[in-house]
Amino acid sequence: MIWDSWDAFWAMGGYALYVWGSFGATLVCIAGEAWLVRRQRRQVLSRLRRLQRFDSQ
Amino acid sequence: MNLYRYASPATFYPLAGRLVPWFALLAAAFTAAGLYISFFVAPTDFQQGEGYRIIFIHVPAAWMSMFIYIVMAFWSAIGLAWNTRLSFVMARALAPTGAMFTFLALWTGALWGKPMWGAWWVWDARLTSELILLFLYVGYMALQAAIDDPRRADRAGALLNLVGVINVPIIYFSVKWWNTLHQGASVSLTRAPSMAQTMLWGMLVMAIAAWMYTIAVALARARTLILERERQTEWARAVIKEEA
Repeated sequence: MIWDSWDAFWAMGGYALYVWGSFGATLVCIAGEAWLVRRQRRQVLSRLRRLQRFDSQ
Repeated sequence: MNLYRYASPATFYPLAGRLVPWFALLAAAFTAAGLYISFFVAPTDFQQGEGYRIIFIHVPAAWMSMFIYIVMAFWSAIGLAWNTRLSFVMARALAPTGAMFTFLALWTGALWGKPMWGAWWVWDARLTSELILLFLYVGYMALQAAIDDPRRADRAGALLNLVGVINVPIIYFSVKWWNTLHQGASVSLTRAPSMAQTMLWGMLVMAIAAWMYTIAVALARARTLILERERQTEWARAVIKEEA
């Protein structure tokens, strides 16, 4: 183990803002993109279903 | 097995659907391994302390930003040459992820630059050309959104990608061609690595994770695009009904 304690781990040798700012932003971007892709799929599917119903009438 | 079969949207759609969870799983596994190396195996840097750990996001993100653009330009060229519908869909599906990694390369670069250089941003050749890459991604997406006819949007976007790809070697060699504040290449095929083995491994594992993630999310996005474009066909109508 290279860290003396969890506090030392979170402090990142005084670079906490920069290190966690980088890893945190990446997490937010990836989670956000995955969510957007799912939402887009749901929206497109419901629109296409509506179009289909409209066509068959 | 005839690989060309998968160039048809009707066969590609279900295949992509089966592949997405596997690539997502691989991405998660490589991310877990990469984060473990990044924080618990890689030693403290003798010059930059713990601050250097940004490298494990920064370098893979910067690599992906350039790779994805090259892949987009490749699909654009194939699409323009053979008029294959799926190629344009792939180019379109990759763009938002490429833009995201470009943004992350710039963001993590700023967070790294502040403590090490004393500046969030400098108008250095490497940083400026990477910023132009972000504009190219955003420009491509805006162009796609602005043209209603998908076939025209495909061709216009493909042309932009083929012109824009010239920026990628400029980014890559910028640290050689100009005097920049940004350091040189971290990894080179022609010389021994300039960093500890474990640091190198951490970066490579994180880069593989980023690749797996990109494939998963691009395939998922491509599926939605395909359904939208093929909605008049028999198979797509069946899929749309089924997924209700």
